[in-house]
Amino acid sequence: MSALETFLEGTVRTATPLAFAALGETVAERAGVINIGLEGAIIAGAFGSFVAAGSGSVWAGFLGAALAGILVAAVFAFFTIRIRADQIITGTAISLLGLGVTATLYRQLYGATGAALSIPTMGITRVPVLSSIPIIGSPLFAQPSITYVLYALIPAVWWWMYKTHMGLGLRATGEDPRAAIAAGINAGKVQLLSILFGGMLGGIAGGVLVIAQAGSFAEGMSAGRGFIAIAIVVLGRWHPLGVAAAALVFGAASALQYFFQAMGWALPYQAFLALPYVLTLLGLAGIAGKASAPASLGKWPSGS
Amino acid sequence: MTPELALLADALVRSTPLIIAGLAVALAFRGGVFNIGAEGQLLMGAVAYSTVALIWGNILGRFTIVVAMFAGAVAGALWAGIAAFLRRRFHVLEIISTIMLNFIAIHFVSFLVRGPLQEPTRIYPQTESLQPVARLPQLLPGTRLHFGFLIALLLAGALAWVFARTAIGFRIRAAGASPIAALVAGKIDVSQTSTLVFLLSGALAGIAGSIEVSGVTFALYENLSPGYGYTAIAVALIAGLNPLGVVASGIFFGVLETGAIALQREFAVPSSLASIVEAMLILAALTVAALRGRQLLGKPAAP
Repeated sequence: MSALETFLEGTVRTATPLAFAALGETVAERAGVINIGLEGAIIAGAFGSFVAAGSGSVWAGFLGAALAGILVAAVFAFFTIRIRADQIITGTAISLLGLGVTATLYRQLYGATGAALSIPTMGITRVPVLSSIPIIGSPLFAQPSITYVLYALIPAVWWWMYKTHMGLGLRATGEDPRAAIAAGINAGKVQLLSILFGGMLGGIAGGVLVIAQAGSFAEGMSAGRGFIAIAIVVLGRWHPLGVAAAALVFGAASALQYFFQAMGWALPYQAFLALPYVLTLLGLAGIAGKASAPASLGKWPSGS
Repeated sequence: MTPELALLADALVRSTPLIIAGLAVALAFRGGVFNIGAEGQLLMGAVAYSTVALIWGNILGRFTIVVAMFAGAVAGALWAGIAAFLRRRFHVLEIISTIMLNFIAIHFVSFLVRGPLQEPTRIYPQTESLQPVARLPQLLPGTRLHFGFLIALLLAGALAWVFARTAIGFRIRAAGASPIAALVAGKIDVSQTSTLVFLLSGALAGIAGSIEVSGVTFALYENLSPGYGYTAIAVALIAGLNPLGVVASGIFFGVLETGAIALQREFAVPSSLASIVEAMLILAALTVAALRGRQLLGKPAAP
């Protein structure tokens, strides 16, 4: 592969888990819920997939990831919708909880090192014809199959959000939950389901890290991706297609290191590690005033 | 000296950064600023303290601690200042920006201790050990308890006084409780007050980092903070954002974490259990507050 192809392949690979998590968070935020606990769903999904994939099937692994993500999201939903607790603080606690529970369970079940645990990993599936397109073919269409699930999910979520009655109800809830209720929408239920959907995709993002990339679980391996995904939602202006594009930009920034390595340009490796976070800050500053969040984001039902 | 006393001293040592960073978070949240970045500000404080102490320790002599700690506070304030600027100028949510800054700070420390600030033999990823003039004096001979604990108590008292007795304390509380009312009825420049709160909060976290370096580790290295800045959020919330309460909850969390480490050593109980307890406590505090019909904090100020 050429340096450019390596770079593009790295871009898509890094973007995949981020796009899964950010797509789910987009749905939650369009319902007016900001789930800072996404990090907790991702690490739970990573752990869930690791445990479930032990059964020998990668798809069982993704099922475990989805269930673990939903479970974490359910805890978040209980506190924010039922107890009406503040979303930001609940989310912070849920992230802490997810990281703590997975680390503790991992050490209890597999010992402190967890050495030499092997689980099945998802290899690369080349899509016939498409993967032979010059330059972009291989990076886009020689990926693990879960990436193709993402390709299908992005337009599906867009269509559902903008072209269906339910999608309209979702957006109405995020803009003005009281008006939505007056129009006969069960706003609480809409929020609950979108939180669970967001948790599921967050969990799958964790599953991608384990099953399609690392091949093992490590404590704290989510490494802030939940927070980056939340930033990606803002950069993508709360639109599924924009979010997918923002995830790709993000993946490109992270993949720059492969490009630099291939070109033989030296920079401290910490600069590459810090780059995605710097880019997020610049990106958020850059879209100032151009994006507007759902009007009731983070305010209902906890606020007055 | 009994082992119990040593363990208690260890718990107080552990609680010192938690109290100071907890004060940083309490100040921010009271003022309507969601500063989740105490971790990064603490690290930048530690960076500035060690840099000043290592480079100018010889010249500064017995003034090293004061000057280096001032540098630590300024570094923490500047790191928080980036998020404050982004919020004020570009309306960037500080929840996101401060977390991003935490990650950048961690990688920056990693770069320093493997690059320009690495110890002379270039084997270990840490700085040279600080000279005695840059180390805080012991508080209880024979234990690890250091002078920093007293500084933590003083800072808590000072912040309680600022909140209760001063005009600026009132402005901060008003801006946090209801930004619009503060603006309309109190003629308070909410935006300016938020920026001030952000900087002071960062300065406190920077001091926490300086004290950790000068009282405990005596060198800068990557895992200097086992997440003090994140635990500090729990510390502040459990204390109901009350500075004197922060002392109590900081000591409680210090005991909890020291106990968890001892449990891991003695009985192989994973110490990550402590973060589960912390998360549970935050959720419990949220539930209690919600059942009483109010939120744990005022609404965040409009940026």
